[in-house]
Amino acid sequence: MAKRIDVSGLTAYYGAHKAIEDISMTVEPRSVTAFIGPSGCGKSTFLRTLNRMHEVTPGGRVEGKVLLDSEDLYGAGVDPVAVRREVGMVFQRPNPFPTMSIFDNVAAGLRLNGGYKKSELADVVEKSLRGANLWNEVKDRLNKPGAGLSGGQQQRLCIARAIAVEPKVLLMDEPCSALDPISTLAIEDLMGKLKEQFTIVIVTHNMQQAARVSDRTAFFNLAGVGQPGRLIELDDTERIFSNPSVQATEDYISGRFG
Amino acid sequence: MDISTHKTHTGAPAPTPRPAASQRKHAARGATRLGDRVFLGLTRGSGILLLAIMVAIAGFLAYRASLAISKDHGNFLTTFEWNTGQQPPVFGIAVLAFGTVVSSIVAMVIAVPVAVAIALFLTHYAPRRLSGPISYVIDLLAAVPSIVYGLWGALILVPHMNGLFGWLNDYFGWTGVLSWEGGPPRSMLTVGILLAVMILPIITNVSREVFRQVPRMHEEAALALGATRWEVIRMSVLPFGRSGVISASMLGLGRALGETMAVATVLSPNFLIKASLLDPGGGTFAQNIASKFSEASEFGRDALIASGLVLFVITLLVNGAARMIIARRKEYSGANA
Amino acid sequence: MSTAAIAEKRPSSLRGASLPKWSPYAIALGSLALAVLIGTLGGLHSRVQWGLIAALLFILGTYGVSARVEGRRQAKDRVATSLVWVAFLLAVVPLVSLVWTTVQRGVKVLDVYFLTHSMGVVADTEPGGGIYHAIIGSLEQVGLATLIGAPIGVLTAIYLVEYGRGRLAQAVTFFVDVMTGIPSIVAGLFILSLMLIFKMQPFGFAGSLALAILMMPVVVRSTEEMLKLVPNELREASLALGVPKWRTILKVVLPTSIGGITTGIVLSIARIAGETAPVLLLVFGNPFINTNPFEGAQSSLPLYIYQQYANSVGSGAAYDRAWAASLTLIAFVMILNLGARGIARWKAPR
Repeated sequence: MAKRIDVSGLTAYYGAHKAIEDISMTVEPRSVTAFIGPSGCGKSTFLRTLNRMHEVTPGGRVEGKVLLDSEDLYGAGVDPVAVRREVGMVFQRPNPFPTMSIFDNVAAGLRLNGGYKKSELADVVEKSLRGANLWNEVKDRLNKPGAGLSGGQQQRLCIARAIAVEPKVLLMDEPCSALDPISTLAIEDLMGKLKEQFTIVIVTHNMQQAARVSDRTAFFNLAGVGQPGRLIELDDTERIFSNPSVQATEDYISGRFG
Repeated sequence: MDISTHKTHTGAPAPTPRPAASQRKHAARGATRLGDRVFLGLTRGSGILLLAIMVAIAGFLAYRASLAISKDHGNFLTTFEWNTGQQPPVFGIAVLAFGTVVSSIVAMVIAVPVAVAIALFLTHYAPRRLSGPISYVIDLLAAVPSIVYGLWGALILVPHMNGLFGWLNDYFGWTGVLSWEGGPPRSMLTVGILLAVMILPIITNVSREVFRQVPRMHEEAALALGATRWEVIRMSVLPFGRSGVISASMLGLGRALGETMAVATVLSPNFLIKASLLDPGGGTFAQNIASKFSEASEFGRDALIASGLVLFVITLLVNGAARMIIARRKEYSGANA
Repeated sequence: MSTAAIAEKRPSSLRGASLPKWSPYAIALGSLALAVLIGTLGGLHSRVQWGLIAALLFILGTYGVSARVEGRRQAKDRVATSLVWVAFLLAVVPLVSLVWTTVQRGVKVLDVYFLTHSMGVVADTEPGGGIYHAIIGSLEQVGLATLIGAPIGVLTAIYLVEYGRGRLAQAVTFFVDVMTGIPSIVAGLFILSLMLIFKMQPFGFAGSLALAILMMPVVVRSTEEMLKLVPNELREASLALGVPKWRTILKVVLPTSIGGITTGIVLSIARIAGETAPVLLLVFGNPFINTNPFEGAQSSLPLYIYQQYANSVGSGAAYDRAWAASLTLIAFVMILNLGARGIARWKAPR
């Protein structure tokens, strides 16, 4: 079910500003790939190009190719709405729909397409909440508003919402940066479980987190202020953290950066 | 203006530098210095004056109204007549209340959906280059005086309604509500349409601001689930903006209920309640006051004041409801901030 | 299988194919043509109806075509888009018509003569005359109303923001809200009830009082907003220097927010300048020039427009004057609005 992503020659703009330039990489299915790098290096922008969310920002524009199992997301005739069903996303700050109950939040994506019976919906909601390690905590209050949960629970609710529509890829944009250490741990555990089923890409500022959860790590960097971000190297996480092939990566990881 | 005048006559005691802590304590306690006392007195006095005005409005209107109502030989609430000149006087607000409510409902039914659509157009559909200037123009249109809307309504809108009325009568005349005897189209429907045009800019402006405040992350949540633009609006924009739109509508409703000139110019009034929105007739509180005022005796004026008091109470209730909704929304958005 | 899943979704999007680029226009053109056809055959004279029929056909057509080709979700999205556009265009028609007719008809008799003569010797049904007396009346009444309403409004706002805690402040806040919603005719009736008690005849200042009542809550609200924007650090810095609170407010807080406060006052002036109803009740109208707002009936621009319309039994000359006065009034209000925005931009902190 998980899919491979092949990016080639990808450049993204905000208006006239070039945010990332000429990025090519492969993301393996059923694995966790972490993006690390200093602030402003374009790793989040790059992540958002992988499900065509970049273009919803005013002035956002993309050149290059992103192949999802050999299908170009930016090809002629591709519907960005369909792309986002294939490639789900979890955001930095938990963003459950504030007016919806926990149940409705998880079911939101399914209801868009319609055609589900009530019992089917309930099954998928339970499965997704279990998948997000949240079921036991919320099963008795599915009709309460999602905004009433703790930050960590909200984030897992958002993950449940994302996986309910059975995407092929799950993008996570610093999913733990707004959470406390215990909630972070819960989400990191969850990632290990989710990767059996999904291709996971995570942007993180926390290098220990990248080392803990990811199979492969990509390091992004800027050539200078106002310059576009670039991919410096992508390798097995173990290699990146023990013996990177580029000096800049080693500097960043060992804290000698900047 | 006045600020400079009282600054001079208070003749501040030379502000001897004091330790900051004691200074703050003084400020917190109220005002111990002369300058502070005078200034506080002035500002608090203005606030109290404002309260007094409100109380006086209610009090004097009620007093004059009671003079009239006590001599009313009809039932003030249910009489279908307004004869304050005859002996004994007989007058009642039934027709006016009916007309005011009907014309406002028509206006709301037309204006609210259109205003919400325009607000969505400006925030989510229009190209950026277009939405800025259009918002600006709509802001300005909200400032056009109602008498100009009235003049336009009477001289331009009314002649254009003939065709629509004929068509409505042909196809929907059987409902009774939309039948037309062919009189001049100076009826409640025309009034409602004109009021709708008038309150459209106000409701649009407020709704637009509310939609603009929808947190980006709620919209992105919907987008990332594979929602189309309309689905994003339905899932995150409308639920977030609902209470804001309601309070915007209430503001518009308050304006429509109390509008005088736009109704007075367009409606050809009489003291009948008609089932049809298309046949001329009926009246509203404000319109009735404006048209009857110049020929009214002192007693007639008191009777008009009595009807104004009712209008006052109605608008108070509507505005109170709007404020409550806004207050609730503040709590709600605060919880999610 | 996975490739098939995407491939299967492809036809659901018409992006890239030439259809979406021109299909809305095609549907729009088709429905317009059909509407004209129906209109001609059905003998419908009003263009408004033609437009409504065209809009309806456009929406139905969009849904039909899109649902067939793209699926229901896309169809709904497209219908929503067309509805929003149609609503916008429908609303533009009356608003543009309003502005356009006012300008077009207003310029007919609007000239220096019109601005500098009164209606003193001209019957309402005859051509000639002007609005000089109404301009004088408007300026005096609005000016006096501002002199009363603006200071009280600003002072009340200062009280609410700088001192206001406790029950009195709450009550004032609540009643300012309530006051914002008072219909202008009710404010007029209030002053009228006072005049009835004191057996007074209509005069300009009575109108000013009603206008001031309408102005106060608007000024309080806008001034409050502006004062709240002044950062607390600024106040504390001044207080810590040993400056008394009242001087802090006058020397630090007010100068920082003076631009916004002025903008609010100017906007409220623009609002009351167009009020007709209270002026009708309290100032009564007068075709002659009366420069004394404290004695005798006066006129005012909005009142003049109403009376030219209402008292002239269909005289074209009176309508022309009403339009010209409307244009003058709109121009006045717009200049105030644009000026206010100019002040806001010019004086904006940061």
